[in-house]
Amino acid sequence: MTVNFLMQNLINALQWGSFYALIALGYSMVYSILMLFNFAHGDIFMVGAYIGLGVSLGLLSLFGSGAAAVLPGWVVLVLTILISMFLTAFVGIIVERVGYRPLREAPRASAAITGLMIGIILETANILFLGGSRLKFPQLIESVTYNIGGVYVTNKKIMIVLVSIGLMLALHQLITRTKWGMAMRAMAYDYVVVPLVGVPMNTIAAMTFAIGSALAAAAGILFGLAYPVLDPYMGVSFGWKAFVAAILGGRGSIMGACIAGFMLGFIEIMTVPAIQIMNRLFSLNIGSNFRDLIAYSIVLLILIFRPHGLFGQAYSAKLRL
Amino acid sequence: MRKFSSGLLLSLVAVIAFTFVAVDAGAADTIKIGFNIPLTGDNPDVGASSKNAAEMYLKKNPKVTVGGKTYALKFFYDDNEYKAESAVKVSTKLITEEGVLGIIGPQSSSQAVPAGEVANNYATPMISPWSTNPNTTLNRPYVFRGCFLDPFQGPVIANFATDELGAKKAAVLYDIAADYPKGLAEFFKEAFEKIHGAGSVVAFESFTTGDKDFSAQMTNIMMTGADVLFVPQYYSEVPLIVRAAKEMGWTKPILGSDSWGGGDLMGLCGDDCKGYYFSTHYAAAGAKGATKTFIDEYTAAYGKTPDDVAALTWDSLGLMVQAIKDTGKLSGDIKADRTKVKDALASIKNFPGITGNMTFTPEGDPKKCAVVVKINDAGKFEFFKSVCPK
Repeated sequence: MTVNFLMQNLINALQWGSFYALIALGYSMVYSILMLFNFAHGDIFMVGAYIGLGVSLGLLSLFGSGAAAVLPGWVVLVLTILISMFLTAFVGIIVERVGYRPLREAPRASAAITGLMIGIILETANILFLGGSRLKFPQLIESVTYNIGGVYVTNKKIMIVLVSIGLMLALHQLITRTKWGMAMRAMAYDYVVVPLVGVPMNTIAAMTFAIGSALAAAAGILFGLAYPVLDPYMGVSFGWKAFVAAILGGRGSIMGACIAGFMLGFIEIMTVPAIQIMNRLFSLNIGSNFRDLIAYSIVLLILIFRPHGLFGQAYSAKLRL
Repeated sequence: MRKFSSGLLLSLVAVIAFTFVAVDAGAADTIKIGFNIPLTGDNPDVGASSKNAAEMYLKKNPKVTVGGKTYALKFFYDDNEYKAESAVKVSTKLITEEGVLGIIGPQSSSQAVPAGEVANNYATPMISPWSTNPNTTLNRPYVFRGCFLDPFQGPVIANFATDELGAKKAAVLYDIAADYPKGLAEFFKEAFEKIHGAGSVVAFESFTTGDKDFSAQMTNIMMTGADVLFVPQYYSEVPLIVRAAKEMGWTKPILGSDSWGGGDLMGLCGDDCKGYYFSTHYAAAGAKGATKTFIDEYTAAYGKTPDDVAALTWDSLGLMVQAIKDTGKLSGDIKADRTKVKDALASIKNFPGITGNMTFTPEGDPKKCAVVVKINDAGKFEFFKSVCPK
């Protein structure tokens, strides 16, 4: 087991964690404002990836691809991310308007299952309209693999990690430096009193869904670049795991969601080499398919010792962003 | 009203009588073969390919001579709707009502396993062209198949990796939660270690259905210094695995199994999969001899390249007819003739099929060569080598 081996896994974990972090943010933000988890969020990630697919194919047919391209691939990629984030934000707003706003005063359980139903509706609508067969996400930029002293890194991996961190920093700026961000923080602090002083609850709730969905769309496109086979159920188990990251980070904590997302990616990826090292040391024969079982047992242990997550508040009637 | 119904009754009687007469008249010098295929349901393409191949066969070979007597071939196509219970009904009907001498189909194991029970109970020879599940023919002397089995495909790939690629250490990455990849991965490991000694499969990495990220498993595999990677997966996972391998710096060959040929592999994988190999039943691109003639004629008749179902159906039909000829003489007693055909099938040696030469084992499974295809630069599955059981 060399240093290279650990470095390689670390880089893989950074990429994998970026997706969890971006999606976990959406869960956390909605929770901090509305005190409920939007269980359709994994499927919004899926919708974002498919919107990204449509937008990128549209842009490629408009500006040409390959040798006849008018615009370089990375410009198309940036445009795809921006347009898809914008469009998916509206999906989030519609989900909030149709699924959550009418049930805002309803019992918690009703609001919680709303997300599950919307998720199923999004999945089946996708199958009905697109036929359910797997689709290839166009590779807008040429993949280049760098060999840095035996550690392999691709340009896409670097880009995915940098774009994710950039988006997280942008969100941080939005929440800490703008008036809207201040309103969101106030709402998260006390969603009963703050509307009384004139902060529009409906606008803030819609905005929260819009931002969370836009981040999920960005995650979807980056995911499509890294794992170019899209299927209608891609958001289900992935969404659940990101939800685990949101809880692990501490309900409603933005920074917690980011850090826990990376941490979850790290635990999941590193479990595989850890299994191999254990196998060698104790001549066992455990398969790498034990990954999730071991990884999520670790998460369970962490939660037993820190039941409010890494950055959650002990009594969560009031939360802060 | 009364007049009308008696008229109807009369014409019905006439039709039935006529049918009986026709059947009787034909029974003397026709040989009836039944097809138990999915013409409707979830997988109509499989049924269409089977029927296309059969009709083309009938057009080319309308008559068979057995022991100096010439018989006309007559085919019955019955729809099993891609359902197990319908397949059982279809086989029962073909045997008891149509009185067929033998049955071709069902194609898929889910129907071939139950329908095989019916054929065996009624002592009627049946050949399933496409079913790879061992249970289809297991302990059923009257049931045969036209394709190789997974326990054979594993050694084929192990031999190919050894002889053609000079591999001494192999890595495997497979889905442990699905029967087909898991079985094949184990058969490959067993065969490869038989050649190169225990421990020569240096990485036996697994994942579970639905996983998208294989970077950790590939990093492990890279560390072992394997010469070749075997991936017995379906078209939806292969592109992701191939890419993960390339991103981790894997530049050596990747091998696949016949599952690579199903679905839209090249549409999803694109350039990433070019240059790799997989084993399959037959290769349309770069075919030679009788196989090429078959492909050209089929393409001219139906406007598409025959898939492996069509090719295997053609061969199964050829086997059935060959066995009928080999009986030497048909007695006219359908039960005795069925047993004679079964015995003839079991003793067929080196039947020259378009998917390779076939000899049946006592279990009714053919000993035949598999084809290894290479995904060429145009993205076509090109014939590379025929690998035979050692």
